[in-house]
Amino acid sequence: MSATYEPVIVGFLCNWCSYRAADLAGTARLHYAPNMRPIRVMCSGRVEPDLVLKAFREGADGVLIAGCHPGECHYIEGNLKTLRRYVLLKRLIRQMGIEPERLQLVWASASEGTVLAEAVNRMTEQLRALGPLRWRQTVLGGDGRPAAAAGAPKVEAVAAPMTEEA
Amino acid sequence: MSERVGVYICHCGTNIAGVVNVEEVAHWSGELPEVAIARDYKFMCSSLGQDLIEKDIKELGLTRVVVAACSPHMHEKTFRGSAQRAGLNPFLVEMANIRELDAWATDDKEAATQKAKAMIRGAIERVLFHEPLEMITVTINPNTLIVGGGIAGITAALELANAGYHVYLVEREPSIGGHMAQLDKTFPTLDCAACILTPRMVDVGQHPNITLLAYSEVEAVEGYVGNFTVTVRKKASYVNEELCTGCGICEEKCPKKVVDQVFEAGIGTRKAVYRPFPQAVPKYPVIDRENCIYFQKGKCKACQIFCPTNAIDFEQQDRMIQFEVGNIIVATGYDPFDATRIPHYGFGRLPNVITSVQFERMVNASGPTGGRILLKDGTPPKSVGIIHCVGSRDENYNEYCSRVCCMYSLKFAHLVRERLPDAEVYNFYIDIRASGKRYEEFYHRVMMEGVNMIRGRVAEVTDVARTADEEGKLIIQVYDTLLGEQRRIPVDMVILSVGVQPRKDARQVAQLFGLGCDFAGFFTERHPKLDPLLTMVEGIYIAGACQGPMAIPETVAQGAGAAARVAGMIGQGTVVMEPIKAHIDPEQCSGCRICNNLCPYKAIVYHEDRKISEVISALCQGCGTCVAACPSAAITGAHFTRRQLMAQVEGILWDVRQAMEVEASA
Repeated sequence: MSATYEPVIVGFLCNWCSYRAADLAGTARLHYAPNMRPIRVMCSGRVEPDLVLKAFREGADGVLIAGCHPGECHYIEGNLKTLRRYVLLKRLIRQMGIEPERLQLVWASASEGTVLAEAVNRMTEQLRALGPLRWRQTVLGGDGRPAAAAGAPKVEAVAAPMTEEA
Repeated sequence: MSERVGVYICHCGTNIAGVVNVEEVAHWSGELPEVAIARDYKFMCSSLGQDLIEKDIKELGLTRVVVAACSPHMHEKTFRGSAQRAGLNPFLVEMANIRELDAWATDDKEAATQKAKAMIRGAIERVLFHEPLEMITVTINPNTLIVGGGIAGITAALELANAGYHVYLVEREPSIGGHMAQLDKTFPTLDCAACILTPRMVDVGQHPNITLLAYSEVEAVEGYVGNFTVTVRKKASYVNEELCTGCGICEEKCPKKVVDQVFEAGIGTRKAVYRPFPQAVPKYPVIDRENCIYFQKGKCKACQIFCPTNAIDFEQQDRMIQFEVGNIIVATGYDPFDATRIPHYGFGRLPNVITSVQFERMVNASGPTGGRILLKDGTPPKSVGIIHCVGSRDENYNEYCSRVCCMYSLKFAHLVRERLPDAEVYNFYIDIRASGKRYEEFYHRVMMEGVNMIRGRVAEVTDVARTADEEGKLIIQVYDTLLGEQRRIPVDMVILSVGVQPRKDARQVAQLFGLGCDFAGFFTERHPKLDPLLTMVEGIYIAGACQGPMAIPETVAQGAGAAARVAGMIGQGTVVMEPIKAHIDPEQCSGCRICNNLCPYKAIVYHEDRKISEVISALCQGCGTCVAACPSAAITGAHFTRRQLMAQVEGILWDVRQAMEVEASA
């Protein structure tokens, strides 16, 4: 690996708008930061908080959720459910000591390859400035026990092992 | 777990191989546990590439396949087909999109190779948890529902009916015809709207394959492509259609005059029992309960007394009609922009400021003035100002261009010159958008007829005179951008060329059918270029101005196009659907009902007796919003299960996980 730090972003892209936006960005040969690793979901509404936390726990420095614009959701309003969860999840990760910038939400329609590419570029830059997440130190406090950020309430459930049923 | 995974890395010529080190990736993949074979090949999608996969499945007994190539939207179907031919369930294949999402998006070879490995590892981890699924085949009911009897709906209905398929055409108003029936002449050919429209309306009324449900509204739509159940409310018209001959005596005898806000746009009257216009289809009148003297005061019944066939029935009730259709075309049209929203143009306050819809009725030979252009005092105007872009191209109202106003404003200018040769006509425009067939020629013709064209957005219409010339006139204050100065133009009549906007209840209609709306409220098509007629809901199409502003020729083309799409579906007979559906494990469900209101398709029902929720599979569209929300993890989203996505997260982060482990053990 190169000496400079390169953040890793997990991108949850909805099948109908944002994944197609990413396809379009590629087809149009829009070069953007290769730091985002995509996972396709049918709707951004499928992105459960567990998946986001899982990504952070497994070593991602940032998580990007991308969906259709409000009012343009393939499933009418799944993206609005995402928005509601996103706002709560941002507060939760802040309480865990994770900078809220590490979780971002972007609306990109199937024709907005540039919007998606710019969002990835922007987020990559922000994460470069923030540095690595270091889940173990930040969230687990180095000794494996949950450590909340100073002044923030302790959130134990987060460090509990994920239930892994289908 | 003892799965045998085959990993196939496509070069796509040099599209992928030019950036990603495919040989290295293949070698690396081959070393992973569970991977039985990893190969790279020039074109995986070619028949030779597919043969390679099929042969490996058979000879090496592969139980899972990962293809690292282009977007699944491009070739997922292809590789699922290869698996199926080799006897492997097609859903045991996963693609890693290392072309669009990787090789084409960067020229950093090292980073691209690293990203490809991550995406492939994610796909491998995911595919291990895939389950065999079967596609769902449903039959298509050959009947079609068309909502809206304007020119779009009429065209679609006739196309399908002529092709031999049955159509239910639902229209809210007492007659079909829509906005086009209100118009006088149509640009740029100036043929009379009624002359070209009414024969088609009659065809609809008489067609054996069309069930016309006028004065009716769709109440409920249930089901899915091929199998919708539709409930329509047929509003009580208080006229028995079995007995009515459409003679019109009731209208003649009705003593109650009502200002007609709909068809006559507020400048004409109708009776309390009425047909919107003489050529109405169907020919039966309706009684407007709000204005009927009998309904309001309990006596009158003039219509009933004079009706020669005893068709008036004051006891009539709304009727609910239910039927089955396979496809739906929504053609609900538009509303004209409400000019009272721009108070400084004076509509509703200054008597001789009228809207374009009112002018259409005024200039129409069958309209309230018999086609004469008149001021409120009954005299013809000596000068007319036509203001373009009222409510359009304005961020305070509608940002978009309404597309038809330039042309109809030019048509108005022509009609004023034709009917009142001595009158001055001024058109106030921002730009002239005359991009249709023969539009530019029409624009030139109107200019040559001596119409004054003033470029600038009008600031105000006022009756406050500053000079003697302006006394008793309407003064149009405008910055003329060609002269570069403020001007005040006194005129007798002002016509506001109002734009096109979504129906007031477009969002409710969207909800009824499960459609999406754009920011303005127009219905969204599946793809703005390549699929402008299908909506996001399989089996529901849109046509005409409910999708966005458009003129008559495009509306007709869309109506016919939607009909062709539906005919194609009917011809197919069946449709195959992906089995991506949610399922609730009754053992796990706690009955909390969080999912119940999340489902945009009302596909989740709650069983009061057992205190658990259940997904109605036929209605589920597979978005997974409920799966994500279930606090008991009782809901599984097929092919996007929690376990599959969690595994993909782990796989896609394989390198950073390793780094963390190293760090932890240090």
